[in-house]
Amino acid sequence: MTKKNKEKEMVLLQGNQAIAYGALAAGVNFFAGYPITPSTEIAEILSLELPKRGGSFIQMEDEIASISAIIGGSLAGAKTMTATSGPGFSLMQEGIGFARMTETPCVVVNVMRAGPSTGLPTNPSQGDIMQSRWGTHGDSPAIVLYPNSVKESFELTIRAVNLAEKYRTCVVLLSDEVLGHMREAVMLPDLDDVNIVKRIKPNVPPEWYKHYKNNPKYRTPVANFGEGYRFHVTGLAHDELGFPTNKSEEVDEMMDRLDNKIKHHVDDLIQIESFMMDDATTAILAVGITSRAAKAAVLMARKLGKRVGLIRPLTIWPFPNDIIRKYFSEVKTIIVAELNQGQLYLVIKRIMAYKKKRRIVPLLRNDGELITPQQILDVILEGK
Amino acid sequence: MVIKSEDVRFFEEIRLSGSGGQGLITAGIILAKSAVYKGIRVTQTQSYGPESRGGASRADVIMSDTEFFYPEATSFDILLCLTQEACDKYAPNLKEDGILIVDSTLVKNISMINNKIYELPFTNIAHEKLGSILPTNIISLSFLVRKTDIICEKSLKKAIKTTMKARHIDMNLKAMKIGFKLADEYNSED
Repeated sequence: MTKKNKEKEMVLLQGNQAIAYGALAAGVNFFAGYPITPSTEIAEILSLELPKRGGSFIQMEDEIASISAIIGGSLAGAKTMTATSGPGFSLMQEGIGFARMTETPCVVVNVMRAGPSTGLPTNPSQGDIMQSRWGTHGDSPAIVLYPNSVKESFELTIRAVNLAEKYRTCVVLLSDEVLGHMREAVMLPDLDDVNIVKRIKPNVPPEWYKHYKNNPKYRTPVANFGEGYRFHVTGLAHDELGFPTNKSEEVDEMMDRLDNKIKHHVDDLIQIESFMMDDATTAILAVGITSRAAKAAVLMARKLGKRVGLIRPLTIWPFPNDIIRKYFSEVKTIIVAELNQGQLYLVIKRIMAYKKKRRIVPLLRNDGELITPQQILDVILEGK
Repeated sequence: MVIKSEDVRFFEEIRLSGSGGQGLITAGIILAKSAVYKGIRVTQTQSYGPESRGGASRADVIMSDTEFFYPEATSFDILLCLTQEACDKYAPNLKEDGILIVDSTLVKNISMINNKIYELPFTNIAHEKLGSILPTNIISLSFLVRKTDIICEKSLKKAIKTTMKARHIDMNLKAMKIGFKLADEYNSED
């Protein structure tokens, strides 16, 4: 702890509060949403805070309107966000696809609750791991982040806003009911210390401007509506100016750009935590709130002399395939713990398929309660 | 399931339980805030139903002087039960030296456990002394704080002041004093 930090006060903050404050720190100045448990606090706080700072908050009539509004806001130059939970996230899928197709930066927060349908509004789940990747139709890459603490909720919100700007796409930030409502003591950084990604402005005359110009660095200068540059925005396959095209070479180029801007920057996108993996023969893979139980289980197992470690991706999509293969190359048992019917379990089975002698054990829970450290420990001990 | 490594001097799992509308989550927030004022590492979680009143409700507060990970209390050092249902469900998960505090207005039967038990009709006391059952949460929380010495009174007072709406602060500070007094008097009966 630096001296400067010591003088700053710790504050008790809720996960959802941290997301709202993270959004403000990252420069979000437009929020459109339709409040839903367990994400409501994010909208509530931003409805109070945004107007104070010259930003705008609008409660829309539903989630489809909400995501449409933040896409429009972003095209007009604002940094935009919405927050929802499972039922609303389903409705937003169409808009998420539109944001990806039109390369419009925006952030969708999904505080997961148990489903399907309205499910259990006040209970946690991790049922939207796959929906956050594949929920919208067509095929395009996604960027999805998932914190596991209040502090990280703040940090990854800032990162989500920055990545949305940098990669010109809709970034999804996952949380869950427990994480969103959990309170922890955190020390927020000075706003001056927060790194904010700004849009690169075009430096060409308006008549030369191409909104979707292929750029090898994938950071194309972007004009906002109302700045004198003309461009067309459509969900149809489009050329560099944004006008609809069905010429296969132009469509191919566009699809490659959408894919490559993520694929070629995996190193920049991936964040992963490894915990006590050095000599581990058993590894737990867990994300978000479940990783907290997993970490506790690792410590319990270590006290019993078991060589157990934990791998926790903070970036869920793109999934860190190669890094995880490396971490898991020497372990004998992999336990995948998650609050769904086995979504990451399938991913791990697929990426580890090349190694035949490897036990991959799913530990799944779907009753609206958290997986406990004891449950994970029991699976660890069974495996020996 | 506590992970007590040798260097952990302080690790407390506290559950405040009852039904929706009894103010348990507010009490949990106040307790967690008090801990933050003292520089103690703390995580507060909660569980409740979709209804605003009724249904099981609980708040967990974990305090420690070292890092811990799992955010919910699994076995309790201190358990407060304001309903029979909560008491039946959670009392068996008390630690050996865990303390049970119940509201005898609503909790009539306590299953056979070998723990230290404090029984007081907090809801009735709130009604008699303050004319409202709303501050039951603060009376019982203050009783808990005084009896267990888990945080200092100054921090609790500050947390009540910063959490409650302005028009409710006076009544809740009165409730705090009532809770402390009950604890002191309970002590003399021992």
